[in-house]
Amino acid sequence: DIFIPVVENAGSEPVSKVLLAFPNIQAKNLAAIRAFGTEGKVKGLSSVLPIEVVEPSGVPPELTFFSASLHKPLQKGKILHLDVLTVFTHFLQPFPEEITQADSQLVVFQDSSHYLSPYPVKVQTLSIRLPGGRVESYTKYGNTKLVDSELKYGPYEDVPPFSYNPIIVHFENNNPFAVAKELIREIEISHWGNVQITEHYNIVHGGARLKGEFSRLDYQSRPYARGVSSFRHLIARLPARAHSIYYRDEIGNISTSHLWSDSKKTQLEIEPRFPLFGGWQTTFTIGYGLPLQDFVFSADGKRFLNITFGSPMEEILIEKLIVKVVLPEGSKDIDVSAPFPTNQWQEVKYSHLDIAGRPVLVLEKPDVIPEHNLHFQVYYKFNNISLLIEPMMLITGFFLLFVACIAYMHTDMSISKNSPSYLAKLQWDEVQATVQQIQGIFHQCLAVHDKLETSLHDLSRTGDAKSCKAARKAADAQFKELAKELKPLLLSVQSSPQSYQIWPKLDDLVAKERELQDKLMARHATVVDSVEKKQRGQDIENRISSQQQKIAALRQEVESLLEYLSEI
Amino acid sequence: MVCSWGGYTFIINLIPMHVLLCIVTGRYSSRLYVAYAPLVVLGTLLAALVPVVGFNAVLTSEHFASFLVFIILHVVALVYYIKGLLTPRLFKVAMTFVLTVGLALCLAVVAILAALVASSPTKGWSGRSLSLLDPTYASKYIPIIASVSEHQPPTWPSYFMAINVLAFLVPAGIISCFLPLSDASSFLVLYLVTSVYFSGVMVRLMLVLAPAVCILSGIALSEAFNVLTRSMKFQRPISDDTLPTAGDSTPGSSSTATITTSTKNANIKKEKMGTISKERSSKKSRKETELVGSSPVRPEKEEKLCVLPSEASAMGILFLIMLCGLYVIHCVWAAAEAYSAPSIVLTSRSHDGLHVYDDFRESYAWLRHNTEVDDKVASWWDYGYQTTAMANRTVIVDNNTWNNTHIATVGTAMSSPEKGAWEIFNSLDVKYVLVVFGGLIGYPSDDINKFLWMVRIGGGEFPHIKEQDYLRDGNYRVDAQGTPTMLNCLMYKLCYYRFAETDGKGFDRARRYEIGRKHFKLTHFEEVFTTQHWMVRIYKLKPQKNRVRGKLKLKLKSSSKTSLMRKGAGKKNPWQ
Repeated sequence: DIFIPVVENAGSEPVSKVLLAFPNIQAKNLAAIRAFGTEGKVKGLSSVLPIEVVEPSGVPPELTFFSASLHKPLQKGKILHLDVLTVFTHFLQPFPEEITQADSQLVVFQDSSHYLSPYPVKVQTLSIRLPGGRVESYTKYGNTKLVDSELKYGPYEDVPPFSYNPIIVHFENNNPFAVAKELIREIEISHWGNVQITEHYNIVHGGARLKGEFSRLDYQSRPYARGVSSFRHLIARLPARAHSIYYRDEIGNISTSHLWSDSKKTQLEIEPRFPLFGGWQTTFTIGYGLPLQDFVFSADGKRFLNITFGSPMEEILIEKLIVKVVLPEGSKDIDVSAPFPTNQWQEVKYSHLDIAGRPVLVLEKPDVIPEHNLHFQVYYKFNNISLLIEPMMLITGFFLLFVACIAYMHTDMSISKNSPSYLAKLQWDEVQATVQQIQGIFHQCLAVHDKLETSLHDLSRTGDAKSCKAARKAADAQFKELAKELKPLLLSVQSSPQSYQIWPKLDDLVAKERELQDKLMARHATVVDSVEKKQRGQDIENRISSQQQKIAALRQEVESLLEYLSEI
Repeated sequence: MVCSWGGYTFIINLIPMHVLLCIVTGRYSSRLYVAYAPLVVLGTLLAALVPVVGFNAVLTSEHFASFLVFIILHVVALVYYIKGLLTPRLFKVAMTFVLTVGLALCLAVVAILAALVASSPTKGWSGRSLSLLDPTYASKYIPIIASVSEHQPPTWPSYFMAINVLAFLVPAGIISCFLPLSDASSFLVLYLVTSVYFSGVMVRLMLVLAPAVCILSGIALSEAFNVLTRSMKFQRPISDDTLPTAGDSTPGSSSTATITTSTKNANIKKEKMGTISKERSSKKSRKETELVGSSPVRPEKEEKLCVLPSEASAMGILFLIMLCGLYVIHCVWAAAEAYSAPSIVLTSRSHDGLHVYDDFRESYAWLRHNTEVDDKVASWWDYGYQTTAMANRTVIVDNNTWNNTHIATVGTAMSSPEKGAWEIFNSLDVKYVLVVFGGLIGYPSDDINKFLWMVRIGGGEFPHIKEQDYLRDGNYRVDAQGTPTMLNCLMYKLCYYRFAETDGKGFDRARRYEIGRKHFKLTHFEEVFTTQHWMVRIYKLKPQKNRVRGKLKLKLKSSSKTSLMRKGAGKKNPWQ
C-alpha cells in the first residue's frame, strides 16, 4: 500500500503515450495501477487514462513497462500533470520474520529514492508516510528528513533516466496483516426475489510469524502490550438491505459477531474463534441475502446483475478471489463486463430439482485489494415462465404418484387367473359377501325377537293379550319370510369350497337361531295363555323361568356367533 | 444393530428368552420355529461380519443363550413331529428312550461347555455384560466402565424425567398384556421386565427401556380409550336392551344393575383396569380361537357389564387427553432442554443476558487450522471423538473403549511427572497435549475432577501408578494438602500452569480452594494455545534436544532424529 504521486513533463515532440517503468520484482506484486492526467498548469478535472503493458525495444529485461495513453497527444512544450496510483502487495517484508507474543511487528520497506523513469527527471522528491510508531532505521542520504511519521527524500534535480538509488526503511507496523489465501464468493440469483451471497474465507495473518508460547494470561491481562501484532476481528460492510446474515465454519455457528445496520449500510463485525497471530490461519463462511430488485435490472430485453466484485471486508488482501455467479436455470446469452481483466469460464451447478443445471459464470482474479471493489455486470436472458418449471414438476410428480396409487388399487395384479390361490381368493370374497347377507338376515331375526320381547313387556303392563297375539303372528310371518331368504344363501355358502371354516359355525348359528325362535314363541305363547287365564304373575314366572334361562343362554350364543362371523 | 451398538447382546438374549418361555408354556408352533431358527443362523453370520464382533459371535457367553435355545427348539420341533407320526403309546416308549439317551448326551455337552467356560477367568462374559448382571462388578474390576457417568445407576428423578406420565401407565399396560397372555404380549412383558432391570443398572440403558415403556403405555391408553368410548357409544341401546329382560322378571334385578353401576361410578379407576382386562381377554381369546380354529366361542357374560356411566367416561376421556397433552409438552421441553442442548457449547444466564462459553470449539478450530495435518493429539479419552471430528486430527485415545490399554497409557502419562509423561507421549508420536480445565470459570467436569479415573485406569494396567500416592485422607486434593505426587504430575502442571498469576492466589473456582503449588515452570512442554475462558489448554511437546545433557549432547546432535526417537523410547519405557 504505497502511494506514489508522480508529476511528469513532456519532451519535444507531440507524444500520445507515457511509459511507466517498474522493476520486475515489484511489478510481480503490482495489484492495481491507475493514472490520472491533467493538462496545463491549472489543476482542473483529471481524467483516468487507460493503461496497458508494453514491451518497448532496447530496454533492460529486468523492467516491466506500462504505458498510459493520453486522450490527446501532448504538444511540444506543453505540460502534463500525471498522477499515477499504484498499489503493491507483499511489499513490506516482516523483519525479524518470527517474533514472540510480546514483540511488536517490524517491517522492511525497500525501494529507490529516485523514481525509476525512462525519461530524464528535472526535479523529484520522495516522501514515505509511515503508520506511526517506532522507526528502527532508514537509509540516510544528504537530504533525508524524518518529520513525525513522514520520511522525505530529495529534492533531487536532473536525474538521468533509469537511475536507481536503493533505500531501506525498517519500521514498526502493527496494522492487521489480514490475508485471504482464497476467497470464494458465490452469488446465487433466484428470481423469486433473492440474491444469496456466500463467501468462504481462508484467512491467514500474513505478518511476522509467532514464535514460542502463546500465553492467554499475557494476552488477557495486557492485550495491547502482549499480542499487539495480532488481530481479533474483521469488519465487513454489507449492502444496506442485507438480511439472513450468518457466520459459521465447518464445526458450526460462530457466536462472536456483532451486526449494526442503518439505512445506508449494514456493518458486520466478525471475530474469528481465536485471535490471529502471525502465521495463524482460520476459515469461515459468511452468507447473506439481498433483495433482487436492488441488484438485478433489465435493459434491452436482457437482465443484468450489477454488484461489487471484491469482498466486503475492510483492509484485507485477497490472494485469490473466485467469484461465481450462479444464474437461474434456463438463463441464456451470458455475458460479463468487468472493470479489469479476469480469468473467466463457465460451470454448471446442480441444485434441488434442477434438470439442466444452473449456469455458473466464474471469474478469477489474483491479488485483489479494496481498490478492486468495483461494480461488474453480468448480462443474461431469462424467461419468467421458467420460474414455474420446478413447482410444476413437483405438482405433476405428486399427481402421477397419486394416479399410480389409484391405478394400483383398482387393477388386478395377479399373474395367473387360473392359479388355485387366485380362485380361492375369488371364492372367499364371494363367501364373505354371502356371509354378510346372512348376517343381515340374522340381525333382522334378532330385531324380531326384540319386538316379541317388547310385546310381552307391554302385556305385563297393559294386559292387552290381543295385540300381543297379533304381534306373535306378525313375527311368525316374518320368521318364515326370513327363513325363505336365508335358504339360497346358505346353500351357496355350503357349496363353496372356501366355506369349510365358516360352515360349521354357520350351521351352528342357524340351528341355535331356530331353537331360539322356537323357545321364544313357546314362551310367548305360555305367557299370553297364562295372562288370558288370569294367572298370578308369580306363577307365570315359575312356568317360564326355565325357558327364560335357556333363551338368555341361546341369545348370548347367537350373538357371539354373529360377532365371530362379523370379525371374519 | 450389531454395527451400531454393543447393546445388541440385549436383543439376542431377549429373543431366546421369549422363545424359551413360549416353549415352556406350551406355545410352540411352526411359526415360532420359522421366526427363530433363521434369525439365529443369519443373525450370527451377519454379526460375525462386523469387525469388532468377528468370532466373538460364536465364542463369548453373551451369544450362548441363543444357540442353546436354538438347540432346544430343534429338539422340541422333533418331538412334536414324532408325536404326529406315532400313536400315543408308541410315542411314550420312544419318549422314554430318547429322553435317557438325550439326557446323557446333553449332560456330556454341558459338562464340556462348562469346563470350557470355567477355564476363562470371566466365565466367557465380557466385562460390560458382567457389569450389567452384577452392578457392583465394574466398580470393582473395570474402572474404565465405572468412570463413565452414563454407566452409573440412574436416580428416581431421572426416571421421571425420562418417562414421566408413562411410569403410571405402564402397570396398566402390563395388566392388559397379562390377562390373556399371548405370544406377543408375553414378549412385551419380558421385554419390559428385563429393560427395567438393565436401566436400573446403567443410566444409558434407559434407551432400551424407552420403547418398551412406550409400547406398554400405548396399549394401556388405547384400551382405556376403547372402554370409555365404547361405554359412551353403547350407553343408550344397552340400557334399552337390559330393561325388557330385567323388567320381564322383576324390577329388582334392574335396580341391582343400577347399584352395580353406581358402585362402579365410585371407583372408576379401579373399574377401568378391570374393564380393560375383560375387554382385552375377550378379544384375545377370540383371536386365539380364530388362530387355532377349534372350539366354538364361549359366551362371555361380562361383556355387557363393562359399561361406565357416560359422564364418568366423558370425564375419563378428557382426563386422558389432558394427560397426553401434558406429556407432549413435557417431551418437547425435555427434548429442548435436556437432550438437544449441546454439552460442547456451554451457556450461562446472568443478569446481562446469555453468556456463551464456546471454548471447546475454539480450541478445536485452532487445532484444525494451525497444526500440521498428521500431528497427533493426546487428551483424555472423553474428548477423542470430538477432536477427531471437529479438529480433524489423529488422537491417541477416543471414546471407543473396546481396548483400554491405550487409555491406560494416556492415564499413566497424565499422572506421571513431566519427564516420564514426555517420554510416553514422545514414544506415541504425540505433538500436542490437550487438557480441559474448569478452574477459572468453575466448570466442574474438567480433567482434574476426572483425574481419579486416569489414576485408576492407568494403575490398573501399569502398577507403578499407585492410587495411594495421590490420595490425602481418601480424597484427591490439589490444594496445599495435596500429596507431592499429585502436585507434581503432568495433569496438575498442565492445568495450573501460570494459573496463579490470574488473581495472584490461584483460587480454583471449580473446587473452591486455593491450589497447592502456584509458581512452577514447564521444562518439557510449552503452552501453545489456551482458550478464552481457559477451559481448554493445549501444550506442545518441546523438541528432543532440550532433555539431552552433558556427554550425550555431541553424540546425539549428529545422529538423525528417528534414531533418537527409537533410543528415547527404548531406553526408559515406563510401561514395558
